[in-house]
Amino acid sequence: MKVLVLYAHPAQQHSRVNTALATVAKGVSDVSFVDLYATYPRLDLNVDVEQQRLLDHDAIVFQFPLMWYSTPPIIKEWQDLVLEYGFAYGHHGEKLKGKLWLSAVTAGTPESGYGPKGHNRFELRELLAPLEATANLCQMPYVPPYTLFAALKSENAANVEKHIAGYRLLLEALRDDTFDLDKACAQQLITGDTIKGLIEGKTT
Amino acid sequence: MSGFLFQAFVYLAAAVIAVPIAKRLGLGSVLGYLIAGIVIGPVVGLVGSETQDIQHFAEFGVVMMLFLVGLELEPRQLWGMRNKLLGLGGLQVTGTALAVMGVCMLLGLSWSVALAVGLVFSLSSTAIVLQTLGEKGLMKSDGGQASFSVLLFQDIAVIPMLALVPLLALPELLDALHHGADGGGHATELSLVEGLVGWQVAGVTVLAIAAVIIGGHFLTRPLFRFIASAELREVFIATALLLVIGIALLMTLVGLSPALGTFLAGVVLANSEYRHELESDIEPFKGLLLGLFFITVGAGINFGILFGDFGTIIGMTLGLMLLKAAVFWCLAVAFKLRGSDKWLFTLGLAQAGEFGFVLLSFTVQNGVIPADLSQSLLLVVALSMLLTPLLFIIFDKVILPRLTEIQVREVDEIDTKGAAIIAGTGRFGQIVNRMLRGNGYETVVLDLSAETVDNMAKFGIKTFFGDASRPDLLDAAGIREANLLVVTIDDRERTTEIVKHARMERPDIHIVARARDRIHVYELYNAGANDIIRETFDSAVRAGRSALEAFGIHPYEAEKISAAFQKNDRQILYNLARIYDPDIPVTENAAYIAGVREAGEKEREALTRSRGRNKGAVDRAWLPPGKILDLEE
Repeated sequence: MKVLVLYAHPAQQHSRVNTALATVAKGVSDVSFVDLYATYPRLDLNVDVEQQRLLDHDAIVFQFPLMWYSTPPIIKEWQDLVLEYGFAYGHHGEKLKGKLWLSAVTAGTPESGYGPKGHNRFELRELLAPLEATANLCQMPYVPPYTLFAALKSENAANVEKHIAGYRLLLEALRDDTFDLDKACAQQLITGDTIKGLIEGKTT
Repeated sequence: MSGFLFQAFVYLAAAVIAVPIAKRLGLGSVLGYLIAGIVIGPVVGLVGSETQDIQHFAEFGVVMMLFLVGLELEPRQLWGMRNKLLGLGGLQVTGTALAVMGVCMLLGLSWSVALAVGLVFSLSSTAIVLQTLGEKGLMKSDGGQASFSVLLFQDIAVIPMLALVPLLALPELLDALHHGADGGGHATELSLVEGLVGWQVAGVTVLAIAAVIIGGHFLTRPLFRFIASAELREVFIATALLLVIGIALLMTLVGLSPALGTFLAGVVLANSEYRHELESDIEPFKGLLLGLFFITVGAGINFGILFGDFGTIIGMTLGLMLLKAAVFWCLAVAFKLRGSDKWLFTLGLAQAGEFGFVLLSFTVQNGVIPADLSQSLLLVVALSMLLTPLLFIIFDKVILPRLTEIQVREVDEIDTKGAAIIAGTGRFGQIVNRMLRGNGYETVVLDLSAETVDNMAKFGIKTFFGDASRPDLLDAAGIREANLLVVTIDDRERTTEIVKHARMERPDIHIVARARDRIHVYELYNAGANDIIRETFDSAVRAGRSALEAFGIHPYEAEKISAAFQKNDRQILYNLARIYDPDIPVTENAAYIAGVREAGEKEREALTRSRGRNKGAVDRAWLPPGKILDLEE
């Protein structure tokens, strides 16, 4: 599959994990990487270019930090402008049909902060429901988010390392068609711990 | 030695005293020099016949001036002027020469003498006109450009005239000359083309021009670099002088006009990076030599002959100027010069020129014009030059103010009334117009330059000719009905005037104005503009943003920094506007200076990154939770 990574981080100078993830993504051969904030620092998205990008790829990976339970604003802008009626959905809007939608999310709060008992009250997967609904409307298979919790905690270094290494495996598996989509979709989330079990020919 | 020092002292003292006074009185520097010459020559008698020799020497100022004019003119521009140069210049010289010839024949002169007189009088004074146009900043106006075309053509035309004059010789005068000593100065001059046949002369001439152009293009740069590396300013000045004198010499040797040669060299060097250095080096020499030249013209006026035949001489002078003005006026109409440009062209060039002196002495040497007649003619040339500054004063004080009334009929009839009036259609106004038009808004575009108006028409942009700072024109453009006025002209005072007037006329209209700098922003604010746009601020911020990106700063970060900078600068502008006092220059306004300093401090704060609890304006946005705590550690 041809893989496209759309990266969105509005303050990259403060980012450690996403910067490392971006470096990994840029390093995987035959994977296209686009820094949305670098391409459109004034948020003036070129709709034609971005739609063509989607047509040229089979798996779209959105890499971003969770901000206020949602994406950074440029991804919303991207959705609003690029996913046009007649292109992504609606009458004759089947251009994206069958392309994978995958979010690669980093969250500052530990996993315990999510769910009915956590202070955030909702599961992370639930909070990202608008993306899932969008993918659904565009007839794009929705892959559970590849997630890192507690991304801001320095004591979480081992998990961060695993997550970054897993990101490379994930992108390579998508590229090489060795990613077990059915198995992945049966899960709530994908993490650095579970990624290896989803790649054909690899065992945990 | 003391004689030379005394002369130099007299000339310089006369200039130093007369010129500032003349300028203060609004007469212009040229008239100042001429008056200085009259005072030290005919009136006080401090200088005498040597003025003739000094005048020949001082004519070199004209050569230098054309070099400087050439420097200002890129080859492309010169090529663009070719129609004006040949059409306007050619018609003027032929027209004036024939008209003068006709009048002379009516007065009973033989045709050959009449033609010679016509040729002499067809020339105007490059020195006076270009100097005055430059001083008044009118060189770039349509009238100024037309005048320049004509003058350049005349300077070139002198060469064939010098060739033609000997053919008009009167046998009886020649005999008289041959009886006397051979006084022809020209015979003793060096020449490269003497004794060559026609095609050889042509070949040598072409070679000389090619040498100037090719040498100017390829050799001057390494030469100047080599000279500049010596870091001796006087050597560079010497090189610049050498260049001009060398070219003038080469041109003289092949029988071409030195003025034309140096002009060409100037054009070739117009793109050179040494252009401004050359300009500033040659400029003072040109100024002094021209000044000297004007003084000698004043000093050379022979009051004896003048008062001996006062009525005739004055009559001839005024008649000549009237005739020349008539020819220029016809050409101005034919070449569609309008309004003030037409009058500038008509009045500015209505004199005989310095080349007239040259041609006159040449005609006498060649036995074409009798010596006594040439004395009177010399006086006419000098007097007409003396009167020229007065014509410019008439233009300034009489024509221009009255034009405000007359011009209403001459400016374009504005047949559409737009929702928006755009004053000025230069680089700035065009963009505004395109954006408004592109979105279906009606605009009325005004511009001061007829040429721009015509060019715009070629691209299908309807523009009206006229000065938007004139109230009646703004009225005609529909200021009473318009919703919007955009002032985009490149003239600070005029912009403010237009805004003031429009605000008075229409308290409710929205005015967008282009400001040159901060101070102009304050002025426009006081004048009543709604949106005041500094002409270079936004592009400068963008350049700064590109520079930050070039240093590897993330484009979105660079965008945030420039946005913060812009916001902060606008705040500074607002704060300083309240301290600004139009009656005190900013450099003497202590509160303003303190405000600027304080603003500088604030700007550094605003643009630095977060430190401790001081969150910088730039990265205050998007700071991850806990980051502030990290930074405090």
